[in-house]
Amino acid sequence: MSGGSILQVRHLRVYYGTPGRPVRAVDDVSLEIGEREVVGLVGESGCGKSTLGRGILGLLPRGARADGEVNFDGRNLVGMPPQALRRLRGPELGLIFQEPMTRLNPLLRISDHFRETLEQHEPRLTDAEIKKRSLETLGRMGIPPTRFRQYPHEFSGGMRQRIMIALALVLRPKLLVADEPTTSLDVIVEGQILALLADLKQNFGTALLLITHNLGIVAEACDRMAVMYAGRIVEEGPVRDVFREPAHPYTRELLRSTISLETKELHSIPGAPPNLIDPPPGCRFHPRCPDAMRVCPELEPVEQRLDERRRVLCWLHGPAQRVPAGGESPLEREAIGIADEA
Amino acid sequence: MRPETVVTPESRGEHAPLVSIQDLRTYYSIRGSFADRLVGREAGVVRAVDGVSLDIRRGEVLGLVGESGSGKTTLGRTLLGLVRATSGSIEFEGRQIARLPERDWRALRREVQVVFQDPHASLNPAMTLEQAVGHPLVIHGLERDRERLRLRVIEVLERCGLAPGTDFLDKYPSDLSGGQKQRAVIARAIILNPTLLVADEPVSMLDMSVRAKILELMLELKQDFELTYLYITHDLATARFFCDRIAIMYLGRIVEIGPAEAIYAEPRHPYTQALLRAIPEPDPERVVPRDLPRGEVPDAALPPLGCSFHPRCPRAFEPCGWESRDLRELLEARWARAAGAAGVEEEQALVGDLDVLDRSTSEARLPAPRGRRPEDVVALLERIRAEDPAEPFWRGVERLEARGTRTEVDFHNPQDPRLEPVGGVEVACHLYGTTPPET
Repeated sequence: MSGGSILQVRHLRVYYGTPGRPVRAVDDVSLEIGEREVVGLVGESGCGKSTLGRGILGLLPRGARADGEVNFDGRNLVGMPPQALRRLRGPELGLIFQEPMTRLNPLLRISDHFRETLEQHEPRLTDAEIKKRSLETLGRMGIPPTRFRQYPHEFSGGMRQRIMIALALVLRPKLLVADEPTTSLDVIVEGQILALLADLKQNFGTALLLITHNLGIVAEACDRMAVMYAGRIVEEGPVRDVFREPAHPYTRELLRSTISLETKELHSIPGAPPNLIDPPPGCRFHPRCPDAMRVCPELEPVEQRLDERRRVLCWLHGPAQRVPAGGESPLEREAIGIADEA
Repeated sequence: MRPETVVTPESRGEHAPLVSIQDLRTYYSIRGSFADRLVGREAGVVRAVDGVSLDIRRGEVLGLVGESGSGKTTLGRTLLGLVRATSGSIEFEGRQIARLPERDWRALRREVQVVFQDPHASLNPAMTLEQAVGHPLVIHGLERDRERLRLRVIEVLERCGLAPGTDFLDKYPSDLSGGQKQRAVIARAIILNPTLLVADEPVSMLDMSVRAKILELMLELKQDFELTYLYITHDLATARFFCDRIAIMYLGRIVEIGPAEAIYAEPRHPYTQALLRAIPEPDPERVVPRDLPRGEVPDAALPPLGCSFHPRCPRAFEPCGWESRDLRELLEARWARAAGAAGVEEEQALVGDLDVLDRSTSEARLPAPRGRRPEDVVALLERIRAEDPAEPFWRGVERLEARGTRTEVDFHNPQDPRLEPVGGVEVACHLYGTTPPET
């Protein structure tokens, strides 16, 4: 971690109320993000990664309950009054969504979007300062000053996403949460946007939590990564170490199923992420895990530190003294059918 | 690599292509404003497919690859009869289908089926899988007996991995995961035993963990049902596993086409090279700074002169079609880089309104704003050139001078590259062209 940590999530739980039992979308998650650090959060759809991102920003829908801690700048955001939270969002904590088209007001010029944002959070800026700050930030994102007074519909999809990023960065937040920021973009534009995001720490001193299902993006843009499965972080560590030697079978299987130009054979993970109302007992990945042992469905795995910077939630890494006798023999079970596929 | 499932035309002794497309054009007309129509002004056309010729051979998987706006989806839709071709010909099994009336299409749709990108939008939420998958048989009047229909649906569902089929008959799309829905969509597409399947981004909305399974299913089905695929995608990584031949499209045209191995081993068109470079490699040890083309796919209503890719191409040179809008891009990119710095506003004031450059021409004329001298604009442009003489734009400039109150920039004559054979593939790029250089 470069510098100190700016965000500490501790034992965060987010529950969604349903008519029956609650959905435990985020279930006892701890995660730190350092100053100017880019952290990737990966997992399949339905693993709780977006909920975690929103939980950090206090942007949960009505009916969601959170407990635990999200410490930012010495304050716990969980349970903070909405008004105080709103003052932090923007100048301290920024968010970039997946669909840039739906987040810009079609009736407002780009200049007005920036004016509104800056006036709201930094009321002492003069008009000239507002313009200068906006143009500088847009320029860093590759949007020329000649287009400052245009409307959102006059821009392409990639440019709108650049504008959205500039709009988040113009307030110079300490932390930016980007939820699948390139999913609706073309490959080449995606690459351009990733290059911009990876340069944030140099250019803006911003830390980034990048939520994605694409491990190629993590390899390219992130310093550290956390792998989420069924509401929990099952592995965390520096990107290079995790890719070189994934400790959790889920991480390994995700890596193997990514299709890239270097892929020599196709691979997939059987089954699908579980329903979070009633997840499997013990390790939640055990029904899909090729390495499952008899202990896995019996006991919840205990978080193990592999070294100072890596942790994993898997019985393969012990602690051995807590595995009951015979618990290490392979788990016998039926094959998973396509009926349970993602 | 890919399993060996290829049924080559030779092995079947059938050399005639299944589909033969010649000089196909599909244009969409833009409805202009009320004022435009009042004065009878043409608002213009989008040349979504602009002169494409290609064959789809029996039993092959042809990959049609490009970004959004490349026209790949429109080409697929034209082939399916969902969009009317403006001109050109499409022969399917020797029969002309380019502008077939809708009622003749009905029968043909038994032969040509489609799988779309979004499995959630492809299934009617109010239909059970039994109804949805069996629907084509009912529509075409091929099966009236309910029991036999049900058995056929079960059989196809199971063939597509949804087993036991009886468990799925009464399910609604909302009961299924994304991968299962796409299996159901594929089942519906093959129940009529088609010859050609057009698959438009069939896995790009699915999680990485299931993409491989859907691709494997499609390869098995191809083998079992002797299908031919047109696989439309933006993703050269999945195409590598799937395709026998690849056609790369850019702004309505094919810029490179050939056997998949040849294209991956030695991509020739700078656009193909860029698409390959853009795929993020899931290996942090091997990440190198990628040199990606600038900008995005331009507006197909106003395509660039010459080669459509030239404004983004790192290797573009004299004949590629440099023009007035490229000058605008050059200035705007410079001002974006230096935005907020002193001097940018002064440069903007000196050059004046850039909108005059939007009417595309290889002879750009910039009138100097009141109180400004074109000599100063020329000096500015020369300064920009001196700062980065390697910028490809400058290779396109033939003459730059101040004349009267205007800055005049003449570019080399634009030349349209044609597809020409280069080492086993065909490429439309002046770097390989036999078009003689301008004299």
